[in-house]
Amino acid sequence: MKHLGLILIGFVMLYPVLWMIVSSLRPDDEIFRSPGLILDSLRTENYAEGWNALTPSFGTYLLNSTILVLGCIVGNLVSCSMAAYAFARLHFSGKRWWFGIMLGTIMLPIHVIIVPQYVLFSQLGWVNTFLPLIVPKVLATDAFFVFLMVQFIRGLPRELDEAARIDGCGHPRIFLRIILPLMKPALATTTIFTFIWTWNDFFGQLIYLTDPDMYTVPVALRSFVDSTVATSWGSQFAMSVVSLVPIFLAFLVGQRYLVKGIATTGGK
Amino acid sequence: MSALDELRQLRHGGVQVRKRDNRAAFWFLAPWFAGLLFITVGPVLASFGLGFTKYNLIQPPKFIGLANFERILSDDRLHNALRVTFTYVLVSVPLQLACALGVALLLDRGLRGLAFYRSAFYLPSLLGSSVAIAVLWTQVFGSDGLVNRVLGFFGIAGKGWISDPDTALSTLIVLNVWTFGSPMIIFLAGLRQIPAVYYEAAAIDGASRWSQFWRITLPLLSPILFFNLVLQIIHAFQSFTQAFVVSGGTGGPSDSTMFYTLYLYQQGFSRFDMGYASALAWFLLLIIAAFTAINFWAARYWVFYDD
Repeated sequence: MKHLGLILIGFVMLYPVLWMIVSSLRPDDEIFRSPGLILDSLRTENYAEGWNALTPSFGTYLLNSTILVLGCIVGNLVSCSMAAYAFARLHFSGKRWWFGIMLGTIMLPIHVIIVPQYVLFSQLGWVNTFLPLIVPKVLATDAFFVFLMVQFIRGLPRELDEAARIDGCGHPRIFLRIILPLMKPALATTTIFTFIWTWNDFFGQLIYLTDPDMYTVPVALRSFVDSTVATSWGSQFAMSVVSLVPIFLAFLVGQRYLVKGIATTGGK
Repeated sequence: MSALDELRQLRHGGVQVRKRDNRAAFWFLAPWFAGLLFITVGPVLASFGLGFTKYNLIQPPKFIGLANFERILSDDRLHNALRVTFTYVLVSVPLQLACALGVALLLDRGLRGLAFYRSAFYLPSLLGSSVAIAVLWTQVFGSDGLVNRVLGFFGIAGKGWISDPDTALSTLIVLNVWTFGSPMIIFLAGLRQIPAVYYEAAAIDGASRWSQFWRITLPLLSPILFFNLVLQIIHAFQSFTQAFVVSGGTGGPSDSTMFYTLYLYQQGFSRFDMGYASALAWFLLLIIAAFTAINFWAARYWVFYDD
């Protein structure tokens, strides 16, 4: 009985997404006619049409998004793990104060800082590059991940550090040789969240990437939907599905880490 | 332990420090310090300054005193945007949390296939903020869309949900409720912390499931509920993508989906009125801070801490 209810809720929730996937293979008149999931006539041209609708083609946007995502992942992994090590293991003046500020910045909305940030980056000539989107990650501004890693490092036995210190290791070596290898689960969580959030992020990419050659997937998709080229729902759905495939794959691979990450720190 | 618990503990004092590693800490925190200076706190302060100027990125900023803040008080479109945003936050967040808690309660206590259900319900949270889902929503709630086809099946006449100013915002509220999966996972983690003996003892005393929920589950879950509430309110205030895509960037029809963030974007990045946009950004910060402060204040009366 309970299972029936749960399956029903789940089905209703996921129905629009399933319907979009099926409809991306339908001719337009059928999309409007058919609320079901059974495919009467197959139309794969939607994908080819959507792919080539804008210049450059969707391949460029996928590549751009991939480059951006990789840059953000590396940036977050390096900078957040360093900051987390300091907050979790080092004693320094004003630590409580800095830690409080770090926690506060988790809640800081991007909209509050975007205007002066844009002024700064546009004066550096960084508009229409990926730098305004990657550099903040290299500078550990995703405090959410710093916090996640601090939590994780605190759970590691201190005896390991102490032993290494007695053996004459300094902090850089303790961090690189002992802590970092042990915090693989936290690094995996960070990787997977950074991937999904960066892939989905629209606001920052909309503001900083205005040249079609630099468009990422969300910006391109939006411009495709807005353009007069896109009269067909079929090709819009097709490109929407393409844009969601990486998210779905990341979800399949990283479910375990996603669930743990949210449960401990409360992500999106 | 959540970020909020950390903040609580900071206020209540921490461990005494004996030895310091200031130099090492400086190097480990160097990127973070730079980020604080150039990317987060620096710009927050700078936008305060820019709020007193007229600035279009081309000419240098010109000091105009409080004019931008006076404009906030008299800007009717902004007041409408505030109304839209408040409605969205105050309706969608409670609904979303109610769904999250309801489903979490169904899923709790060693249900078979828990991992599968949890994933299925969580998936929309990952997809919900994407442009692709906004595109889907545009079709689903359009006049020829999926919702109307399904309604037609039951003989109910539909309408253009997104093109009607009375219902456009509701479609976005539905979208936010749809992403109840992530608060649900936080609830599930919280439910698992409640010792089963409490329920066993209550059952022996003859307490009904209903009173067990009100007397055991809800009080013990209240810190988690509070955490979710604070987080989801802050998130909801920042919603942008869905309204932007669904309305083609206009906030229409008739400004009915004009979120605060969308209005801020239009002022700053369509009209390049950076001074006014900065003032708006600060105003948003104050609003979110006020909501969070009210939340913390109200928490004293309903959040129950076991420690």
